[in-house]
Amino acid sequence: MRLSEHTYRTISSIRGPLLFLDRVLQVSFGEVVRVVGPAGEELEGEVIKIDRDTVLIQVFGDTRGLDTGSAVSFFDAIKRAPLSPAVIGRVFNGSFSPVDGLPSYVPDRWGPISGAPINPVARARPRDFIETGCTAIDALNTLVRGQKLPIFSSAGLPAKEMAADILRNSRLAGGGEFVVVFVALGLTHHEYSFYMDVLDEMQGGFAAFVNRADEPVIERLLAPRFGLAVAEYLAFERGMDVLVLITDMTNYCDALREVSTAREELPGRRGYPGYLYSDLASLYERAGRIQGLSGSVTMLPVLTMPEEDITHPIPDLTGYITEGQIVLSRQLHQRGVFPPVDVLPSLSRLMQQGIGEGRTREDHRRISNLLYRHYANGRDLRQLETIVGKDGMNEQDRTMLDFADSFEQELIHQGDQRRTVAESLDLGLALLKRFGLDS
Amino acid sequence: MSGRIIGIAGPTVTVDLKGLRLYEIVLVGEARLTGEVVRLERDRAVVQVYEDTRGLSLGEPARGTSTPLMAQLGPGLLSGIFDGLQRPLDRLLERDGHFMAGGSAAAPLADRREWRFVPEKLAGEQVAAGEVIGQVEEGNFRHLVSASRAGEIAELAAGTFTLCGQVGSYSDGGEISACQVWPVRRPRPFRRKLAPGEPLVTGQRVVDFLYPLARGGTAIIPGGFGTGKTILEQSVAKYADVDLVVYVGCGERGNEMAELLEEFSDLADPWTGRRLMERTIVVANTSNMPVAAREASIYTAVTMAEYYRDMGYHVLLLADSISRWAEALREISSSLEEMPGEEGYPTYLASRMAGFMERAGVVETANGTIGSLSMILSVSPPGGDFTEPVTQACLRGAGAFLMLDASLAHRRHYPAVNWFHSYSLYGQAILQHFTHQISPEWPAAQQRCRLLLQREEALREVAEIVGVEGMQESDRLILHSAERIRLEFLRQNAYSEDDAFTPPERSLQLITAILAEHQRIERRLAEKVTLKEALEEGEVDHAAL
Repeated sequence: MRLSEHTYRTISSIRGPLLFLDRVLQVSFGEVVRVVGPAGEELEGEVIKIDRDTVLIQVFGDTRGLDTGSAVSFFDAIKRAPLSPAVIGRVFNGSFSPVDGLPSYVPDRWGPISGAPINPVARARPRDFIETGCTAIDALNTLVRGQKLPIFSSAGLPAKEMAADILRNSRLAGGGEFVVVFVALGLTHHEYSFYMDVLDEMQGGFAAFVNRADEPVIERLLAPRFGLAVAEYLAFERGMDVLVLITDMTNYCDALREVSTAREELPGRRGYPGYLYSDLASLYERAGRIQGLSGSVTMLPVLTMPEEDITHPIPDLTGYITEGQIVLSRQLHQRGVFPPVDVLPSLSRLMQQGIGEGRTREDHRRISNLLYRHYANGRDLRQLETIVGKDGMNEQDRTMLDFADSFEQELIHQGDQRRTVAESLDLGLALLKRFGLDS
Repeated sequence: MSGRIIGIAGPTVTVDLKGLRLYEIVLVGEARLTGEVVRLERDRAVVQVYEDTRGLSLGEPARGTSTPLMAQLGPGLLSGIFDGLQRPLDRLLERDGHFMAGGSAAAPLADRREWRFVPEKLAGEQVAAGEVIGQVEEGNFRHLVSASRAGEIAELAAGTFTLCGQVGSYSDGGEISACQVWPVRRPRPFRRKLAPGEPLVTGQRVVDFLYPLARGGTAIIPGGFGTGKTILEQSVAKYADVDLVVYVGCGERGNEMAELLEEFSDLADPWTGRRLMERTIVVANTSNMPVAAREASIYTAVTMAEYYRDMGYHVLLLADSISRWAEALREISSSLEEMPGEEGYPTYLASRMAGFMERAGVVETANGTIGSLSMILSVSPPGGDFTEPVTQACLRGAGAFLMLDASLAHRRHYPAVNWFHSYSLYGQAILQHFTHQISPEWPAAQQRCRLLLQREEALREVAEIVGVEGMQESDRLILHSAERIRLEFLRQNAYSEDDAFTPPERSLQLITAILAEHQRIERRLAEKVTLKEALEEGEVDHAAL
């Protein structure tokens, strides 16, 4: 344990965001350092490798302008976040500096941003229904408190409008409000101003960590960890229900790839590092509930599937970690359906626990199963339709085709209307009855 | 022996200790984090640390322990929940709180708990290594205590003892204890291995009827995300006809583990009526827990499984998912800068996997009883692509392949086991068993069920072109009956109390009923009755019943 800081001017090389520092006497893995450049600019960094007296430092922020004479100071501390309920209502950048023009607050305490894994035995099983107001989710892919449910979008699809509706409309089973932690990674100004307008309308309050497209890539790796450290604090120490919206995870993964390449690590699929799964898990797994505590962390990451390919490593590894996914479809979007959720590849793994008598409604499971089965049939028949034409099909098949169309246009499509789960289920049941499919 | 830390890169720590052995456990840093020696050089050693290394400093002490990674084996393992290093999670919870703290050493078994020991040997008797010398009541289990080595017994006392206590001694002064430690990476010995021949009834109709598993066999369940691997593994863990289940949550979701623990504490074992947890050991190393411990977790689990196998029990090891283990292996290999093989996996992936899977089997134990260790491993191929290295490495060792199909899962057909591409190498042996034990009808019913499904597949292509209307009535009947097989027989609802588990007798009844109806309509069609009429007759008959 050192008590005073110590400074070195022994940089041997600078490679993108990475600094190699020689002849370091004492250093800890993961330690935070301060780098002061020739023009007096201050940057933070983290020790990511130690080999005898050579230390590799990853710098947060833009390394442009640094030279090998820059000073590096060590403090013997790992990266921490200032935790306090005063974080609510504030906007920060990816390094936790306020960007809303207000001064910093005095924290309750400082907590490590990477957190520690929740002991699996301490976890409480997520089962409390969250009403998002969206039929494709509430009725067919139910979200519960403590779940992580990503939105798989593609370029040009209205993921942000859908996420905004969920933020605006989500209510806990008892009607309670969420505190939203919003983490923006590599957002364009256009998207940023859209989300900020939405957050300003929120009832329950929010804290935002914003890294814009032109801000340092490396802060994209920090911002979600700050956001989640704050979310865990608010949930498990302050008893709040926190909804964490992270957008866009694809930018996070690309930042990770960029840094990994700079470190000359062995690339895995599509150049992403082999530890992408574990790294994503270290974020996503921070969602959950803890036995005996009242708060919860529910996560709603948004990602863009490159080339609309669901087998791309980012959606693929995400799907393996999260408890389901909501998949947006271009065909539905082109047909004017909003939200354009393709329910067939969508899934909520924790749905079974959150629905039924005493939670939503006793007929929920039955209605949802029937809707799924008939819609899947209808979708299959569309292929037949392209070959033989609708006139060449029998009446039953034509009914199924019509059902699939109505399912999309009337049930999935809801525009900006908020539906309660009872309304969604009634609508689904009415649709089934109309086509004589309700048994 | 002690030395200092001279390098840190993520979970790999370099120390300047000399005289270490490969795979020896080393405690590094002031926090005494556990690690394993993975590479030795003349004046330094590379240690793979099982915990978060953040905060570890250059120059902190490191100390060798002279032992490899060990599992503690003794009464008290059942109902236990451990992490990948066999640390008891419930006691870590009491001590460290809701979040996992680094460097928390904790003995796997409660050392103060008292057990009643009943000796089966007398003083003066000669025993061989592995021979049973007495037993302990562990819940409803007869926990056999065997001699750790050959020798003459000097003293063996009946009565209560604690785990650390000794129950007797050898005449040469050596202690006899009811608890032992075993290096997890070394298979436990047995007299000889036998061929699997008895069925492992899972209660899942599609598995038991079409692709039966064998006790002592290995099966893999590959499937993309959302195809229901975990639900199928958990269903099998609940209902399988075995004495004991070891469930490894290897790099998977924390919420899933919470779900499993809650359900297993509530549900009853359909074979004995006792609480499921009483026959279960859980190893939980979720995806955000340290990667190196994930690599070790399957070895810790299989060692505990072998320990009960050696008492003559039928043990089932379920791992979800073996791909996460392989990825841990890849991360470790890459941090050691080893030459990568296919997709970055180390070239020894297949041989490590084979070595692990070979620990399954039916054995004659050292004390002459028969025990078995079966494995069902789920595989998570990236992008649902089965040509990837982990699935391929698994296929070489596995006796059964239950392929999960994303298109079935999308239409909510669970378990989404594909009935064309799956296979079981135990099929023939188990078929004979079912024919003798359940009914001589079994092979014929299985054959006809398969045939119907195959003909449906062919006819569906025709139907896509000409439409169902344009098909012959006999072909439409096949489509109708195959659909019934799919919806009423192959599909099974894991969330419904009545449907989640089906014994083989009942499976046969269900399929026979569908096949009989198919035959009846076939006969009516031959009598020039239309399909519609024939189907309606069936409904009338059904209503009359």
